[in-house]
Amino acid sequence: MNFRHLGRTWLIMLAATAATFAKEFQPAIVYDFGGKFDRSFNQSASEGAAKFSKETGIAFREFEITNAAQREQIMAQLAKRGSDIIVAIGFTQASAVEKVAKQFPAVKFTVVDAVVDLPNVQSINFREQESSYLCGMAAALATRTGKIGFVGGMDIPLIRKFALGYVEGARHVKPGIEVIQNMTGTTPAAWADSTRGAELAKSQFGRGVDVVFHAAGATGLGVMQAATDAGLLSIGCDSNQDYLHPGSVLTSALKRVDVAVYKAFQNARNGTWKAGRLELGLAEDGVDYSYDEFNRRILTPAMKQRLDEAKAEIVGGKIKVSEYQAE
Amino acid sequence: MSAVPSMKLPRWVELGMLPVINLAAALVVSGLVVRWIGESPWAALKLMTDGAFGSQEAIGYTLYYATNFIFTGLAVAVAYHAGLFNIGAEGQAYIGGLGTGLVGLWLGHWPFWAVLPAAVAAGAVFGAAWAFIPAWLQARRGSHIVITTIMFNFIASALMTYLVVNVLIKPGQQSPETREFAAGASMPGMHAMLGKIGVPFTATPLNLAFFLALGLAALVWVFLWRTRWGYAVRVAGLNPAAAVYAGISPARVTVGAMLLSGALAGLLGLNELMGSQHRILLDFPGGAGFVGIAVALMGRNHPLGILAAAVLFGALAQGGSQLSFDMPRVNRDMVVVIQGLVILFCGALENVFRKPLEAVFNFGSRLAARGKTDR
Repeated sequence: MNFRHLGRTWLIMLAATAATFAKEFQPAIVYDFGGKFDRSFNQSASEGAAKFSKETGIAFREFEITNAAQREQIMAQLAKRGSDIIVAIGFTQASAVEKVAKQFPAVKFTVVDAVVDLPNVQSINFREQESSYLCGMAAALATRTGKIGFVGGMDIPLIRKFALGYVEGARHVKPGIEVIQNMTGTTPAAWADSTRGAELAKSQFGRGVDVVFHAAGATGLGVMQAATDAGLLSIGCDSNQDYLHPGSVLTSALKRVDVAVYKAFQNARNGTWKAGRLELGLAEDGVDYSYDEFNRRILTPAMKQRLDEAKAEIVGGKIKVSEYQAE
Repeated sequence: MSAVPSMKLPRWVELGMLPVINLAAALVVSGLVVRWIGESPWAALKLMTDGAFGSQEAIGYTLYYATNFIFTGLAVAVAYHAGLFNIGAEGQAYIGGLGTGLVGLWLGHWPFWAVLPAAVAAGAVFGAAWAFIPAWLQARRGSHIVITTIMFNFIASALMTYLVVNVLIKPGQQSPETREFAAGASMPGMHAMLGKIGVPFTATPLNLAFFLALGLAALVWVFLWRTRWGYAVRVAGLNPAAAVYAGISPARVTVGAMLLSGALAGLLGLNELMGSQHRILLDFPGGAGFVGIAVALMGRNHPLGILAAAVLFGALAQGGSQLSFDMPRVNRDMVVVIQGLVILFCGALENVFRKPLEAVFNFGSRLAARGKTDR
């Protein structure tokens, strides 16, 4: 491919692609500040896009944001250059998606973890409380001390949603269980402070906690390390993190951003993509708990049975997990 | 010792040729890095320059970024002339932007011509206030300004996070940002202004603040080289002891220059918040305060040099973003490497080429001198 003339000829290309009827499908994805190698949320999204590309042989455009003004610029540019669908990852993208989607009503936009109500925008949100509920149950079933812990990242409604589901799940198993909760901080730095994560976990262990759940991005890596060092249990978040410390990670609360991205691309290609709000929970395989060769020894068949029963009951509507309401 | 009277370079070499050679060296090394990851350096250079200057949109974004760097570059330069190294432009811009943003939130329903002076005043006052404490500590207590301004960047960041996350946030959303300003608090965009006089221009965040920045650059020049206060600033900066003999109080100059420096940095919000984002959000200066240091050093602390350096760094920001857009293998971290190389060669390593150039020119002038005496 000759890049030399690309810069100046995109206008011509735009005209040409508009004139062509059978043009190739062009998906695009915009990551947030975390970047596509954050081992968590953004990375999961990039894996979904890569899977789509591998299966269909269709290339996708991607971009990692470095400053706030870029969000709009890049999305508008993707739209101008003929992208059919633009997937924006993360709640910070909401206002940019809203602006650009109005300018390009023919382009499809999918935003993850935010709500933008426009006729060409699909807003995908996850019912994190449901997977957190199952993890709360798992923690309550596994604890010997009757005390479990939670370490959140940045103190935002999204993370309180995790905490609330976790507490409810734990109380479902043991009504009187004590849950010690800590948030790491109030700035985005709280997602990447594994030292502080380890300190919070250790202080919880000191107060008798023996299972700790993190919803804290890279900070959680410290939480999990501290649990391993102390010979106690931790629960992973977003991606499947069971493999990080086999035998110490009880399970992981999965948030299938990869599935969401993959489906958005696939549906846009098939013509089945629909605008509007989309909520993915246990029923839609959008969230789940992990079970694999790394945690098989500690997540016993009896526990798994309880979790699967509860999962079926949540899907069937028998158990209602309450959702954290932002004021 | 040679008999040649001066080791100095001709002015056009000092101001024109040396920066170009430094820039070229930075680009050559960047090219090697691009080569190393398996892309064509020529294609990358072409993408970067086209991305920065190849279209109206490109120029708009380049100058939009440059506007931020002009504000912070001037801020650093004014302090530098007073012999003060202001590392705190980032924090002063952040707090100054708070002032501008509060005007936008509270007075946005006013007509624009009424909002603008209030926003300028608020930005300048907030920025100056943030610079005042380090300045006072330096002048009266001798606390080193480099240390205190760095610390004030962190305090500014913590304060703004608290305010935006807990106080100013628009209720019912995840993202830490305020509601949008009303229409009166939005800077007219370049496309709107040029459209009025019949010149079509692509819609970009480039706005009136660019012209305000240019005007300020002129005012800073007048201030430094055409007023008594500017003279006092330069004297105190060059030789505090001589300044005392001349009846100039270095302490007063320190405080005054830092207030002005903070006020200049504080105006960044006009471009970033009123011109582009239309709301207060976290970390909106985005490192412009630190880039301002490089801009001031590269521009030799002269307003004209600062304008040129600001456009260069604006072009690096915009061209770099285009480069990673069109050449996915050059990711955003690679772009930071390229920008870092430019700073390294133009700022830190500028003497690498100065010595050889001086040798060349002195050899030339020695020949000329010998020619004269022979005759």
